Amino acid sequence: MEDQYKTAAHTLCYHCGEDLPKVKYHAEDKDFCCAGCMAVFKILSANNLCNYYVYNNNPGRQFKNESHLEYLDEPKIIDQLLDYKHESSSIITFYIPAIHCSSCIWLLEHLYKINSAIFSSRIDFLKKQVTISFNHDEISLRKLVETLNQIGYEPLISLQDIVKEHSSSVDKALVLKIAVAGFLMGNVMLFSFPEYFGLSGFEQQFQSLFGWLNLTFSIPAAFYCGRDYFTSAITSLKHRHVNLDTPLALIIAVLFLRTAFEVVFGTGPGFADTLTGLVFLLLMGKWLKQRTYHHISFDRDYRSYFPIAVTTLLNGKEKPVAINEVKIGDRLWIRSGELVPADAILMKGDAWMDMSFVTGESDPVHKVLGEIIYAGGRQTSEAIELEVIKPVSQSYLTGLWNNDNYKNNFEKQNFNDSVAKYFSLGVFLIAFAATGYWLLQNDSHKAWSAFTAVIIVACPCVLALSTPFTLSAILSVFDKKGFYVKNTDAVEELAKCDTLIFDKTGTLTSNENAEIIFSGMITDEEKIIVASLLRNSIHPLSRHIIKALNVDRFYSLSDYQEVVGKGLTAKINGQSIYAGHLSMLPVQVASAGESGVHIVIDHVYKGCFDIRQQWRPGLEQMILKLSRFNLQVLSGDTDKDRWMLDAIFTKNTTISFRQSPHQKLDAVLKLQQGGNKVMMLGDGLNDAGALKQSNFGIALTDNINNFTPGCDAILKGSALNYLPDFIQLSKDGLKIIKTSFAIAIAYNCIGIYFAVQGTLYPLVAAVLMPISTVTIISFTTLATRWFARKNKLI
Amino acid sequence: MNILYFLVGCSVLMALIFLAAFFWAYKTGQNDDVHTPGIRMLFDDEVVAEKSEEDHFSS
Repeated sequence: MEDQYKTAAHTLCYHCGEDLPKVKYHAEDKDFCCAGCMAVFKILSANNLCNYYVYNNNPGRQFKNESHLEYLDEPKIIDQLLDYKHESSSIITFYIPAIHCSSCIWLLEHLYKINSAIFSSRIDFLKKQVTISFNHDEISLRKLVETLNQIGYEPLISLQDIVKEHSSSVDKALVLKIAVAGFLMGNVMLFSFPEYFGLSGFEQQFQSLFGWLNLTFSIPAAFYCGRDYFTSAITSLKHRHVNLDTPLALIIAVLFLRTAFEVVFGTGPGFADTLTGLVFLLLMGKWLKQRTYHHISFDRDYRSYFPIAVTTLLNGKEKPVAINEVKIGDRLWIRSGELVPADAILMKGDAWMDMSFVTGESDPVHKVLGEIIYAGGRQTSEAIELEVIKPVSQSYLTGLWNNDNYKNNFEKQNFNDSVAKYFSLGVFLIAFAATGYWLLQNDSHKAWSAFTAVIIVACPCVLALSTPFTLSAILSVFDKKGFYVKNTDAVEELAKCDTLIFDKTGTLTSNENAEIIFSGMITDEEKIIVASLLRNSIHPLSRHIIKALNVDRFYSLSDYQEVVGKGLTAKINGQSIYAGHLSMLPVQVASAGESGVHIVIDHVYKGCFDIRQQWRPGLEQMILKLSRFNLQVLSGDTDKDRWMLDAIFTKNTTISFRQSPHQKLDAVLKLQQGGNKVMMLGDGLNDAGALKQSNFGIALTDNINNFTPGCDAILKGSALNYLPDFIQLSKDGLKIIKTSFAIAIAYNCIGIYFAVQGTLYPLVAAVLMPISTVTIISFTTLATRWFARKNKLI
Repeated sequence: MNILYFLVGCSVLMALIFLAAFFWAYKTGQNDDVHTPGIRMLFDDEVVAEKSEEDHFSS
């Protein structure tokens, strides 16, 4: 692999590793694919930072367009972004999606070499964050971000603060509680061992010491570590509802009380070992459940797509304003490539809006003066002036998130909570029956010990553990295959789904493998002419086409003109040449299709470059495997690909085209009202509403670091084929949980046999609990692996 | 056997010290990022700086 890399190195860009075009840039005997990559190299070599290239081959990323950073001069926005500010120093944390290797860490932690006003910078690699402390008197925030941009590490500053959201995702208190519980369990076990082995006569003096020590340790175990169980039980009882925490809280209370009584009255050693062990294991299970992926965010909404500020025009002067402060009537100044943050009316300029965020349709839409442009549209041509008619929070697109119908209304009860009710009822019946029996026998001591023992022994601890252990084992199988599920609860939802809805563009088709097709006739000479023209444009389509043309020389051109987003024209060797959108063509062409880049050389129509998206490989087999489910396709696109979909899907699949985001959402809602559990697969912001509404929303992406809308799981495009296996494994997972529940009941029956007789010795309880726990944990782990192998996932 | 009273006290005290150490480490954020320091320690600043200087001149 390594050797391969080295031999290939001279055909790759030294900075970013892209294939070198035939005309390449050259500096200090290194080759570069574009001016951007070369510029980064020059900055780094001027600052003596070339080690960047030592740790990894081609560590850089291709340079992107410059962005407008004027808003970073606004004090209000600066204050919003900074973590900390003191006299002359400030600290800020940025999320930088481009961080991907050790070279990135090295370079970003040596920022002080580029600018001495930067004191230090520290990277958190998994979170892709860098924390920079700098002297804000010497370097402004804007300059700092510009410095990062120059070396190819553009921070992502969006309305939804990714940095601050991440930091709150881990429950710190839980980890501390686990530490305390572990400490308590270890010590209590130590002091309980003498009791297990039996104490000889002269050691009896220690019995009460150990008893009191154990009792002391039980207090924090019950009331600090186990506190959440009590609060959760009380709230659920207030709502006349029993969840799994209710019996757990009861057991913790009973264990503690009985330990306290036995120690205080000197009647026995108590159950401190069982209590602390139980609390420790329960907290471990809880931690497994909370664990989530550092580097993936599942709760993104429109705010992470929106910039933090927008340029407004105030008395003809440009002024950056934070998006939250945009009011109705404000004039917005939207440049090429910028996003319209609020519904607005076009006042000035020529608008070619890329509405793919909203509709999924990627061809730009032409808007005329006075027309409403919805939030989420991206301007692709010249700068335009807009007047806001709705604040950001009430725009058409953001309305998707403010919809009240979201699934909170649907009762989400997992297996545990539904079983907990019957479980608690059964335990109480047995406990009261045993107490009643011993009371009738006039043995009040045995009645009390039988009552407490039944409750202790019938601990649904296994129930609380088997679910997180099984499901987190399944999660780790999934994530090795490129399927990242939000949490363990979501896996249960996945298993219940019976209806699957697919989006078309980007989900069934792949954006990465799009191929460039030329329809028409073009000579090699003309190819060079076209490439020479397109070379001057930064439009992604132009770059794609140049790559596809792969010519070895360029001509110089004159009279170059570009209407951003629409087309280019220039004169080459006396020939006038035009490339761009159909509506801009100097000649009338009847046969050509709407989309694509059309070429006209010397007033003769040559043809058109079109991007054809490719269907993801293995699609047909996957659909075949999914035939047990109700399938549906909702596409925002036109029905030009209908014949293809008809060939893949069976006849009873509903296929709808030209679906707006709201229609997609309504379709999901309708199915849910019909009692279906809906899984939605989508990729863009236009599917976001449906993804959120569905019982299990999967966002498809070709690059896991790309932005994905809020969802329950993120699936790599290449792993789509495994979808039927993923669903099957999640169903098997529920089977495992139910089986382990049966095993636990068997253990409980043994325990209850002793308990009802009032003869449960603490040692039996202390041994029974770990044995049943170990059995369950090993059973769930092994069974999950077995099922995963059966489904060919490992 | 009375020495046991002392030893038990010692063992509990030791355990408490370790627990406190963990609390301190956790609260000061030492466990926040367990991945990056492993990579960072492999960078060798001094030697690397000289080497790059040579590269620079020789090229």
